[in-house]
Amino acid sequence: MATVSEVIRPPRTSVGVPGWLKENLFSTWYNALLTFGSLGLIYVVLRGLVTWGLTRARWDVVTTNLTLFLIGPFPRDQAWRVWACVIVVILLGGLSLVVWGPVGRRFKVARRWVVIGWFLSFPLTILLLRGFGGNSVLPAVSTSYWGGLLLTFLLSIVGIVASFPLGVLLALGRRSSLPAVRWFSTLYIELIRGVPLVTVLFMAAIMLPLFLPEGVRVDKVLRAMVGFTLFTAAYIAENVRGGLAAVPLGQYEAAKALGLSGVQVMGLIVLPQALRAVIPPIVGQFITLFKDTSLVVIIGLLDLLNIAKSVVAQPQFMGLKREVYLFVAVIYFIFSYAMSYASRRLEVALGVGER
Amino acid sequence: MQNEKLNPAEDIIICHDVHKWFGDFHVLRGVNLTIKRGEVVVICGPSGSGKSTFIRTINRLEEHQRGTIIVDGIELTNDIRNVHAVRSEIGMVFQSFNLFPHLKVIDNVTLAPLWVRKWPKEKAEKNAMELLARVGIPEQAYKYPGQLSGGQQQRVAIARALAMQPKIMLFDEPTSALDPEMINEVLDVMRELAHSGMTMIVVTHEMGFAKEVAHRILFFDEGNIVEGNTTEEFFKNPREERTRLFLSQILTH
Repeated sequence: MATVSEVIRPPRTSVGVPGWLKENLFSTWYNALLTFGSLGLIYVVLRGLVTWGLTRARWDVVTTNLTLFLIGPFPRDQAWRVWACVIVVILLGGLSLVVWGPVGRRFKVARRWVVIGWFLSFPLTILLLRGFGGNSVLPAVSTSYWGGLLLTFLLSIVGIVASFPLGVLLALGRRSSLPAVRWFSTLYIELIRGVPLVTVLFMAAIMLPLFLPEGVRVDKVLRAMVGFTLFTAAYIAENVRGGLAAVPLGQYEAAKALGLSGVQVMGLIVLPQALRAVIPPIVGQFITLFKDTSLVVIIGLLDLLNIAKSVVAQPQFMGLKREVYLFVAVIYFIFSYAMSYASRRLEVALGVGER
Repeated sequence: MQNEKLNPAEDIIICHDVHKWFGDFHVLRGVNLTIKRGEVVVICGPSGSGKSTFIRTINRLEEHQRGTIIVDGIELTNDIRNVHAVRSEIGMVFQSFNLFPHLKVIDNVTLAPLWVRKWPKEKAEKNAMELLARVGIPEQAYKYPGQLSGGQQQRVAIARALAMQPKIMLFDEPTSALDPEMINEVLDVMRELAHSGMTMIVVTHEMGFAKEVAHRILFFDEGNIVEGNTTEEFFKNPREERTRLFLSQILTH
């Protein structure tokens, strides 16, 4: 074997902090100029914002109304039900982090229970929030009292969880060899995509009751959930269709040649690859849905943003729009960013072995 | 050889007057071919001659539009159950490997036994490890296909096909997409397989391999078998002018 050649260190100016600074900020004279210009701009903007935020801003508008932001007009003596749900979800989240985390190999059996827990948590949440009838332990709370971040979350979570499988089915339907299925899926997708979300919500809120038989009333929140689901599913379907088209024909052939049935080819080989390829646009769609839940104002529901509007309309909080909207923006950002971050982690976790 | 007590010379594949069109283009023009159990047949011929299409009709990745194909006593028709039955008896190896990139090597190999044969996991994994050892890469079992070299990927593809314990193996230009130094590691596996008595149909231009292991060589051109003969005769006395031309081109390069 050849002798180990002497390790020569790179020049000092190309590594470490000085190297980074030189390469990224001061590589040419105009980049240096841009760097100083941007620094100046950041200073001016941040100075104004920070001094305002620390001195003149009246954050008491946020602290006083915090419960209102979180759960809207939900009866305060029943608020414990919401907190109970939150605790359950946090517990499940913590458990998931443990069993799928770095030491998760030891908890393979526990994983199944955590998944079952997640499935059960949803009906449990709805049941706990709605209550039943006139008993004194869990008196019914009409959905018209659901509001704030709670409503935003419920609408988004239901929208996300329900629109994903529906979207996948529509995407498969659009590529089906059965003409009726294909035409229906295509018609559905194109119709929904050709209409603004506001229209879909209006249809769900105002038109739907006209078609239902006398005496049948579908809950307003439920109608909004259905509206969001139907709308988002059409977009998910198009994203998934893109992913399906990206799976090479050879994958279908290899799977078929092994004797797998049509359903197995789809479920074991094609969909896993197609879905992995479209995680970014699908999560983008979910983030859009999360923010678009604020459109429920047009059907008279009070989500986070509309609670904010009602707060600044109160006489004692006049002129505090900046504080309130900044707070709401930060909340939206935190959860949107969390979804985006989770999506990137998921891509890394599933992307192993990809060249 | 233990389960072939009926007639060791039994015909396992019978193709009679097989025709296929792609649109207006007549790809297969009445192919007749009978293959016996344990026979190793090499198919060669210029590109576009229909040889790949032909072996793909044998497991119905392509449908033939006229004629009959009978594999191990089952005729290939539109009946999807027959198609599945035939496919699970035939292993296929592709030019571009077509491993499943989202599954680890071992999961590529166990997939079909688990889902089609409904084997228990332990049995499927034991079988898979034996096959990976047979093709010489047991240490790669827990990697993803993308982390393997081309030759290793093709050997995994062979193991994946063998995992179903097929009676017939089809090879569609298995070494054409490989770098030269990797061709031999794949051919070695195929040689071993041929000597073990597997029925094989191999579309390839590796004439050295053909000379060594094939019982019969078929020359394909313009959608049909132009010349078919025992390996010795095929190289010694090619009867057709087209065969001679093809051989001179392929052997002198």
